[in-house]
Amino acid sequence: MSAGGLTDLTATQAIAAIDAGELDPAELFEHYRARSAADDLGALGWVAERPPEDLAALRDRPLRGLPLAVKDLFCTEGVPSQAGSKLLEGYRPPYTATVVEQLAAAGSALLSKTHQDEFAMGSSTENCAFGPTLNPWDRTRVPGGSSGGSAAAVAAGLAPWALGTDTGGSIRQPAALCGIVGLKPTYGSVSRYGMIAFASSLDQAGPFARNVTDCALLWSHMHGRDPRDATSVGQPTPTVMPTARSLEGITLGVPADVDGDGIEPGVRAAFDAALETAKGLGARIERIELPHARYGIAAYYVLAPAEASSNLSRFDGVRYGARVDAPDLVGMYTKTRHDGFGPEVKRRILIGTYALSSGYYDAYYASAQKVRTLIAHDMKAAFDSVDLIVSPTSPGVAFPLGSKIDDPLSMYLEDAFTVPYSLAGVPAISIPCGLSEGLPVGLQLAGPAFSENRILDAAFALEGAFGFDSSAALSATGGAS
Amino acid sequence: MIDREQVLHVARLARLELSDEEVGRASGELSKILDHIETIGELDLAGVTPTAHVVEVDSALRDDVPHESLPRDVALAQAPDVADDGFRVPSPQA
Amino acid sequence: MTTATDYEPVIGLEIHVQLKTATKMFCGCALGFGEPPNTRTCPVCLGLPGALPVANAQAVHFGLMIGMALGCELDSRSIFHRKNYFYPDLPKGYQISQFDEPLCSGGELGGVRITRVHLEEDAAKTIHAGTSGRIDGSSHSVVDFNRGGTPLAEIVTEPDVRSAEQAGEFLRLLRATLRAIGVSDVDMSQGSLRCDANISIRPVGATGLGTKTELKNMNSFRFIEQGIRAEVSRQEGLLRAGQVVEQETLHFDPRTEKLTSMRSKEEAHDYRYFPEPDLTPVTITQAMLDRAKAALPELPAARAERFEGLGLHPDTAKLFAWRGELGDYFEAALEAGSGLDAPLVANWLSNELLQRLDADADPAASNVPPGSLAALVGLLLSKAVTAAGAKQVLDRLVEQGGDPAAVVESEGLGAVGGEDTLAPIVESALAANPDIAERLRTGDMKPMGVIIGHVMKETKGRADGQEVTRLVRSSLGL
Repeated sequence: MSAGGLTDLTATQAIAAIDAGELDPAELFEHYRARSAADDLGALGWVAERPPEDLAALRDRPLRGLPLAVKDLFCTEGVPSQAGSKLLEGYRPPYTATVVEQLAAAGSALLSKTHQDEFAMGSSTENCAFGPTLNPWDRTRVPGGSSGGSAAAVAAGLAPWALGTDTGGSIRQPAALCGIVGLKPTYGSVSRYGMIAFASSLDQAGPFARNVTDCALLWSHMHGRDPRDATSVGQPTPTVMPTARSLEGITLGVPADVDGDGIEPGVRAAFDAALETAKGLGARIERIELPHARYGIAAYYVLAPAEASSNLSRFDGVRYGARVDAPDLVGMYTKTRHDGFGPEVKRRILIGTYALSSGYYDAYYASAQKVRTLIAHDMKAAFDSVDLIVSPTSPGVAFPLGSKIDDPLSMYLEDAFTVPYSLAGVPAISIPCGLSEGLPVGLQLAGPAFSENRILDAAFALEGAFGFDSSAALSATGGAS
Repeated sequence: MIDREQVLHVARLARLELSDEEVGRASGELSKILDHIETIGELDLAGVTPTAHVVEVDSALRDDVPHESLPRDVALAQAPDVADDGFRVPSPQA
Repeated sequence: MTTATDYEPVIGLEIHVQLKTATKMFCGCALGFGEPPNTRTCPVCLGLPGALPVANAQAVHFGLMIGMALGCELDSRSIFHRKNYFYPDLPKGYQISQFDEPLCSGGELGGVRITRVHLEEDAAKTIHAGTSGRIDGSSHSVVDFNRGGTPLAEIVTEPDVRSAEQAGEFLRLLRATLRAIGVSDVDMSQGSLRCDANISIRPVGATGLGTKTELKNMNSFRFIEQGIRAEVSRQEGLLRAGQVVEQETLHFDPRTEKLTSMRSKEEAHDYRYFPEPDLTPVTITQAMLDRAKAALPELPAARAERFEGLGLHPDTAKLFAWRGELGDYFEAALEAGSGLDAPLVANWLSNELLQRLDADADPAASNVPPGSLAALVGLLLSKAVTAAGAKQVLDRLVEQGGDPAAVVESEGLGAVGGEDTLAPIVESALAANPDIAERLRTGDMKPMGVIIGHVMKETKGRADGQEVTRLVRSSLGL
């Protein structure tokens, strides 16, 4: 099989080839390793120098030793886990995140760690201490974020699939901007143990893949109750591989705020076309109201920074990470944190500390938690009448590098369509549904808690009908092909 | 609206040193973000229960059974300053 | 000026109790007891990136037992909060504690109302290394995380305490109670029981509260009492001099008896409490309550009351109940003999046996098990041995153990009783002291002691004084 052919194989196809004796996992690993070593998108940090020693044993497990790219937010024992932060440059944790362990047990081989916005704070992967990641569809543009390295790596064929994390849209938005599939699972499905915390009540790990089938396969080995994560519940039922070819009997709800301004016309057109396709597959389309969704960004930018301000207090220069010396303790703390954290992280620490500080808690934190309740109720009511809610994943396509970095609020509004589902803790997927200005547009499908099987099935049917062509990105890298 | 004094107060609480220029920029940026956040004020939230956890988990408690601790050299391996088998810091009294 | 105002202290106590679980509050590291530094840590208690806490079920169980022992209300739901502040002994930059939904609230012990009992994690140990060898000469500290994350119950009282002595009394009862229910070693010198006191004073009769100061980390009951006395008199001095008490945290040095302000670079505390998102609410089920209730033994306060009901002096009853091992010994002795008189057994335990043992020794571990003391008291009651003889028997038993009756036999300490044996000795005593005999005959009973003394000498103290008196009277026809 030609090397270029190996990149073209989806994960599912690669497994079939291994089972048919046509492909050796070591050959596949080496293929991706060589491509990753030549990464010129800035997507990857650490790349394995050789396959894991137990690759032969992994071959007998369900994922057959397929290489996996992992967002740098996940701790991997002995392997740099830097979370995009200068403060954690070179940090090698003494333990591995549960979900990475689970995937290794299922037969994944760790290939690379991917770049990200620092501590997952951002929507462009520009807030990375190790340089920005470029979008393989257009190198002058961002891949989205915060899991931009994982999304770009999968889109550009630097890995067959990857792990990301989503707090307010950090899997779905980069998946949309890079033309791949990304799933944000129900909160609590996947263990957070070993995932460096951004906002604990929102963070959730999820898969990136080139298509819905691969996404479902990786996902099927990720969820489960972890005794080391008190907030984890797993999934009530196993993952069923998607097979649907039609959407007969499915009602899709379209939130009214999708009609608002702020959506790029090209995205709007691709979304409308996607709805037509859905109708063609037999779906019923219904307008719905999510009256409080428009307060989602406001509530999110209280809750997430508040939790983050506390979660990031452990980066104090005492037990790990870069320290800036000072003769006194407070000086050591403040200089270490000044030099170690980037501007966006500092910004959010300040917002979050302010929101929790004496006299402001009720006005900010407690109120935001109440908005969260209202949004969750909105969702519940909506899912009484529709099976899934659909919207564009992001109001625009991949934007030029540097265009939003100086305007935090406009960057935050990137997440307007993804954040409400995060606040409600419900699952949502982004799949590519078309192009605008030659750049991918993502369609988001959200469902009630633990409806991942339903979401994946509908996404599979739509994917078949969209016939999205991702080869432009796959062949965009100068990596060994 | 958040002024320079408030930015400095919050930065002190968060143990963040900020340059003069950073304080000024933060005051402007944060004010803009807080203005957006304050749209929450349009809502009548009386009687609404705050949500801390979106999933219902019944007391996830741990059995009182010891696990193995990290070897000391592993625990100390990533520390910037190690002395006397511990993590050395400038004295809080200094 | 007329008469000086009289002030009364208003004192509230905050007690931190290290719980005797096998593992830490939020991770499975075994609790540390003097191991080499940083050998009892893991990603969770080191606050490594990505690590998550999971609460220890046994700590919750112990917390519920404490709540029940203190008569608290136990809510069906309890939540953890984060208390945010920076300090090197706090690896996450926040302490997981409880705030507005503690495990237990309300309650009462020994007349002092309990505000709340909540669970939290202990800080690590910071060893202040003094001046280091660095050129700038700055001083450094070294942090050992072995203790970090040890489960703590914090018990907070209402400001119901009115004196240093009452504070000491309350703390002794609290310690006895916690020890009795087995949730902690309650050893102040080891730091498993720590106490802070909030102290203010006000004119007698006033109902408002004065400005309070916080007296921190006193490590013995005596120091607590001394510290409170010192602080109360300092505050009185200030007010009498027309000055004001400033709200501050103080340290009491028992050697110099001086109070010093603990200045901290931390500005006005703003702990930014918020619900710990990594932990879900703890639901207290009926099964958990039943289990805690079943684990509770009789509490010291109730036991003291029961002992008083048996006729024991209140001080003895309290001694036996506060020091549970004495109560256990006492009850075992009562049970071992039949028809024993409870106050007599108590007297022989507290005034005789304990006086012969080291202070704080457990008598059950001595050469005199409860059965032996019971047997000895039995011999005394049946007049087989006199009180004086029994004391000699006890001396032997404490030295070498053995069966009391056998010791009486082998040492010849049996009571010399009965007219046949004793009457001739009485007669010879009267004969040897004719002038005394004459005075007795004429009704002057004062010199009776001389005759008794003579008889005792003859019998090596084994005679019963009352019996001797009776025989003298009968011999002289009185």
